[in-house]
Amino acid sequence: MSILVDKSTRVVVQGLTGKEGTFHALACREYGTKVVAGVTPGKGGIVHEGIPVFDTVAAALAKEGANTSLILVPPAFAADAVLEAADAGIRVIVCITEGIPTLDMVNAARALQGKDTRLIGPNCPGIISPGKAKVGIMPGHIHKPGRVGVVSRSGTLTYEAVGQLTARAIGQSTCVGIGGDPIIGTTFVDALRLFQADPETEAILMIGEIGGTAEEDAAAFVRAHVGKPVVGFICGQTAPPGRRMGHAGAIISGGTGTAAEKMAAMRKAGITVVKSPAEMGQAVARLLPPARAAARMAARPVSSGPARKKGRGAAKSRRPVAGRKPRALARPRTRRAK
Amino acid sequence: MKIHEYQAKMVLTEFGVPVPRGRVADTAPLAGAIAQELGGTVVVKAQIHAGGRGKGGGVKLAKSPQEAEQVASQILGMMLKTHQTGPEGQQVKRVLVEEGMNIRQELYLGIVIDRKVGLPVIMASSAGGMEIEEVARTRPEAIVKVHVDPATGVTGFHTRKLSFGLGLDGDLLKGAADFVTRLWRAFGTKDCSLAEINPLVITADGRLLALDAKMNFDDNALYRHPEIQTLRDLDEESPLEVEASRFNLNYIKLDGNVGCMVNGAGLAMATMDIIKLAGGEPANFLDVGGGASAEQIENAFRILISDANVRAVFINIFGGILRCDRLAEGVIKAVKTLGVSLPIVIRMEGTNVELGQRMLAESGLNFLTAQGMKDGAEKAVRAARGA
Repeated sequence: MSILVDKSTRVVVQGLTGKEGTFHALACREYGTKVVAGVTPGKGGIVHEGIPVFDTVAAALAKEGANTSLILVPPAFAADAVLEAADAGIRVIVCITEGIPTLDMVNAARALQGKDTRLIGPNCPGIISPGKAKVGIMPGHIHKPGRVGVVSRSGTLTYEAVGQLTARAIGQSTCVGIGGDPIIGTTFVDALRLFQADPETEAILMIGEIGGTAEEDAAAFVRAHVGKPVVGFICGQTAPPGRRMGHAGAIISGGTGTAAEKMAAMRKAGITVVKSPAEMGQAVARLLPPARAAARMAARPVSSGPARKKGRGAAKSRRPVAGRKPRALARPRTRRAK
Repeated sequence: MKIHEYQAKMVLTEFGVPVPRGRVADTAPLAGAIAQELGGTVVVKAQIHAGGRGKGGGVKLAKSPQEAEQVASQILGMMLKTHQTGPEGQQVKRVLVEEGMNIRQELYLGIVIDRKVGLPVIMASSAGGMEIEEVARTRPEAIVKVHVDPATGVTGFHTRKLSFGLGLDGDLLKGAADFVTRLWRAFGTKDCSLAEINPLVITADGRLLALDAKMNFDDNALYRHPEIQTLRDLDEESPLEVEASRFNLNYIKLDGNVGCMVNGAGLAMATMDIIKLAGGEPANFLDVGGGASAEQIENAFRILISDANVRAVFINIFGGILRCDRLAEGVIKAVKTLGVSLPIVIRMEGTNVELGQRMLAESGLNFLTAQGMKDGAEKAVRAARGA
């Protein structure tokens, strides 16, 4: 398995006929994703690069059975695109667009509440289940099917992490970029919950950054509900306070949102936190359980109470599940070709 | 985007938020003339973006127009140092001259986006004049918060909760409801990221006034507020950062000597972190973005090396949309055009990496290549020390 996207994913690309839309729709299709439709208001009826174009998402859903949307429209129209996809009944909406006004996203996120729709992003690289489906702008070829779930607020830093994993012959179940904006759809907690429930995911790598308290919330969730090993990294350890570091959400304000606070909260929750971004892959390799443990893990449901028994957390073990061998299944066997 | 207090008060006035009478001056004689016009005691306030102006000597009382002129001549042109400016301070180019007030009570009122809840939150506190973060640490019970759904806007119960929480009564209840509603309208209409009135004062004669005002705007929404864009004061920003923003580059100047150029904000932050772990100090944050052109790369490089502190450059690119060959093209062109003599460490990975590396090798230029981030950071830090 994997989370959110797989072989059954049928993608409608909102903004297909634009330059970005065309480029990434074709890259997704080339990866093997079923890109079944495009939406560009006013261009309904044409076929673009072999993909039928519709005026509305509702029509794309009715005619081509799209269940997932990839949004690549300019910022001024992106929140509207999210609302349209949700209204049409799309289940997974992946919004790549960067630069959407915050209040537009406040309204859109509010409108999605209570609907059976999951929004990923905005301002994110999208989501990929290697070997199954790529719904996003990440380079597909660096990924490898496997057992590690990756969740991150960043784009290229996620590629870096994936590159480190793949170089060690460690594959990924699903990699999801949740986005660098202050208001996002899917949060760390949502992704962690899905990874915990996914039998194919055996370890989780979470990559956070300065700003907000999403990593602290994630740490609390891991402590209570995640039995699988989690490795974490927070970027922005050297970022000055009060400055927005590229991402709209990456800002230390009023002394909160620092990397130090987040790393401390994550360590306290039993997450293996690495200080150096060069050590993410290595740390996962050390914690990934041997393959034979996979079946046992798969049987583990998401617990409603604390995953760890009393006393185990106090044992100062960085490995969240007692008895797990630290030995890695996959030592670096192959260096990626340069 | 940040604006000055006097500009924020102009914006608030459009929405009927009451502010003291006053005007801005860029010369001492004009400040004196404004004081004459206002009559009585006036306050002369330095206009810089940083907070803490009073403590730094940037806010003074004047009892006469002559004194106002004299005080303004001291403040105008001074390098005002506060806890929010750098150690060198910020030069004062304008002062706001306002009528003096008899103040009965000082309160705090502010609106920001609560990321955790995903809604704007209005915060009020009886501890006016103090920084809200400080109040949150020391007297959290003094803060009253209400989240507001933009679909409904501020309604009666919101303002009652705030007013009663502040202990207001009588005529002030209606005044406060009106004040909060008007500030909320300004916040939403202008796409603010922060609207803060600190202090919000109750005057001796029972009026509510925004004695100070701070407004920040969502950069992503500026495209629909051309009138706000005109309020940008480039003097308040670092010249290199202004230059970078012209080319859609995200550049933030820091104090170290290892310049870095990276694609993607997260990787750019991680690159700064790993430079520090390697024993060096990053000179900047620079995200050239996902789809940078060779021309943008060239401009990024030019801005990066115009920081005189930079002793070595670390280029760390994980090519996704930005292909390694395009990066190599831009870097080679920049180095040739600008005649760069600094050591340059390049780490590339991802799309078209082989082609990019071949281009660098065949360029005849002396690039240091690195295998992985750690190797790259260590080489760059070593090079910065040696130079």
